[in-house]
Amino acid sequence: MNYHWNWGIFGEQVKSGDETYLDWLITGLGWTLAVSLTAWLLALSIGIAVGALRTTPSRFLVALGTAWVELFRNVPLLVQMFLWFFVVPEFLPRDWSLWVKQEMPAKEFVTAALCLGFFTSARVAEQLRAGIMSLPRGQRDAALALGFTLPQAYRHVILPQALRIVIPPLTSEFMNVFKNSSVAFAIGVMELTFQARQMQEDSEQGIETYLAVTLLYFICAFTANRGMAWIEARTRVPGLIARTS
Amino acid sequence: MGEFDFSVWGPSLPFIRDGLLFTLRLTLIAMTGGIVFGTLLALARLSPIVPLSRVAGAYVDLMRSVPLVLVILWFFLVIPYLTGKPVGAEVSAIITFTAFEAAFYCEIMRSGIQSVSRGQVHAAHALGLTQAQAMIHVVLPQALRNMLPVLLTQTIVLFQDTSLVYAIGAKDMLKAADVVGKNYNRPVEMIVLSALIYFAICFSLSLAVRQLQKRVAIVR
Amino acid sequence: MIEIRNVSKWYGPTQVLKGCSTQVAKGEVVVVCGPSGSGKSTLIKCVNGLEPFTEGSIAVDGISVGDPKTDLPKLRARVGMVFQHFELFPHMSVRQNLALAQVRVLGRKAEEADARGMSLLDRVGLRAHADKFPGQLSGGQQQRVAIARALAMDPICLLFDEPTSALDPEMIGEVLDVMVELAQEGMTMMCVTHEMGFARKVARRVVFMDHGEIVEDAPAGAFFDAPASDRARTFLARILHH
Repeated sequence: MNYHWNWGIFGEQVKSGDETYLDWLITGLGWTLAVSLTAWLLALSIGIAVGALRTTPSRFLVALGTAWVELFRNVPLLVQMFLWFFVVPEFLPRDWSLWVKQEMPAKEFVTAALCLGFFTSARVAEQLRAGIMSLPRGQRDAALALGFTLPQAYRHVILPQALRIVIPPLTSEFMNVFKNSSVAFAIGVMELTFQARQMQEDSEQGIETYLAVTLLYFICAFTANRGMAWIEARTRVPGLIARTS
Repeated sequence: MGEFDFSVWGPSLPFIRDGLLFTLRLTLIAMTGGIVFGTLLALARLSPIVPLSRVAGAYVDLMRSVPLVLVILWFFLVIPYLTGKPVGAEVSAIITFTAFEAAFYCEIMRSGIQSVSRGQVHAAHALGLTQAQAMIHVVLPQALRNMLPVLLTQTIVLFQDTSLVYAIGAKDMLKAADVVGKNYNRPVEMIVLSALIYFAICFSLSLAVRQLQKRVAIVR
Repeated sequence: MIEIRNVSKWYGPTQVLKGCSTQVAKGEVVVVCGPSGSGKSTLIKCVNGLEPFTEGSIAVDGISVGDPKTDLPKLRARVGMVFQHFELFPHMSVRQNLALAQVRVLGRKAEEADARGMSLLDRVGLRAHADKFPGQLSGGQQQRVAIARALAMDPICLLFDEPTSALDPEMIGEVLDVMVELAQEGMTMMCVTHEMGFARKVARRVVFMDHGEIVEDAPAGAFFDAPASDRARTFLARILHH
């Protein structure tokens, strides 16, 4: 089989409308960024809370946190996408269900961001728990001995240290979010992978298409990596990392 | 609340079973191939021959920074050009996952190999074992044992990731559930069923891995 | 048997061995001692080529260690080595540890290797533990197995790299007993150790190192009774009066 290269394809008009293929990819990049960043914010806030819960002395809270993590870790992300998109609305009260199905704006985007955010929160929680467990126990005791309540001890002593420790693993989770956002194609979010498939079918220039999209994912992952490195450098406490490593 | 009819689960079972068999076969082949090629890649990455370690490193970095769905689409597109004839989605999936997982198992094996102390390598050399013999008889068995829980955890991830062959329409368990759901017009019930099956399998496997982790920790 | 001539070694800009020369004759026991970081472990690892060296030459039984044409595995198979941290292979039983190199390197038959291994276990008093794993043995027992593993290769000489310094005090004796026995049987031995009692008892010569240099190389009696250098005197005073 021979392949006909056509690098000019990106400037050409799509068969079904007056946009160019480049427009499609730009739209795709926009949705990929929107889904990933929303999901990441959600994942951080839930993940930190759940991770912290799993290190408290309360058995109930620990069990709750563990259940959360196991639930999201043991079902494929694609299946979770379908669950959020097709199944969850069925479990809502009738009025809500109808609204979600018929009127909710940007339904695919909201669903995908929620799903990816919850999925990633379980992984963030695991990292954070490991980070907290790696702190010397004396830190918690010292905070409590100073008269802090347990939540205050977490807020002022434990979390500030644990968060710094987990920045490297969180960096790779952040990069994973961009990669995992590609699964949103399955529920019709017009992100990069969705657009790539569409452009490949429409233009029949698959290799150019996938190369361009691969490059865009690279750029996302690289930017995420640099961003986290910047945060790591900004928040570094002299001597702290040396002690924990 | 919508109305559900879970009676569709009964007649769906033979289809689900066939799909699950493909999912399991894909997982096992990709795991075996992935560990073998991953170990070779790890050896290449750690090799003192610079071009070899660079090439292996570049391959691993590439695979690890591209979304799996895109890798699946890439292989599905490119394999026919390489083989000169179209291959089915299933064959394409097997090749893709083996190649993709090799990069991940490579990193695990690499840290496993590095976790074996220099003293062990010295002792093997002091006994007259060659580089290759020391690797095969002393380092790799220990690396494998140290990394067993991580290798198995990666395999659970692999098992879940096989669902992404949805993108090229390979007939795995999720696809079977999808087809039955459409035929009986009960998609919601079938999604729930496949989620339950995935959860049951992955959760029990991860419990088993945790048990194993405890035992390995004691032996050490 | 072992000829070390003018050996120097650099790690980047730091010189860890400075023109070291000494030799061990057949049947001789030489103890190498000195403060930590003096380069003694590095020197002994140069003897079987585990550490490369930058300058000078080392010959074992007339074969040059630094020569790139030398078949190092073949040479090492004839030079036994015992390590500070035993370095038994933790994934193999004691029996398998003893047999591995005999079978893979010397090409002995499995039964032959096993028989040789068992007779050496007998000799170090551990036959009953043959099917245990290293992790199930005490430190002293592990080190005795490691000595048996080295002996199983029928070595022409033995290198000991601080064989007792990772052991609890009550286990040092059992290991030293085995070493004394070997020395008395005429085994050629080069031992890096701080066990001065052992040195006094069996060593013909003592090599004292400091900062990568061989400061003294003297007959054992002379070294203990009248060390020539201040550095050796200070070292002996510290080590003997504790």
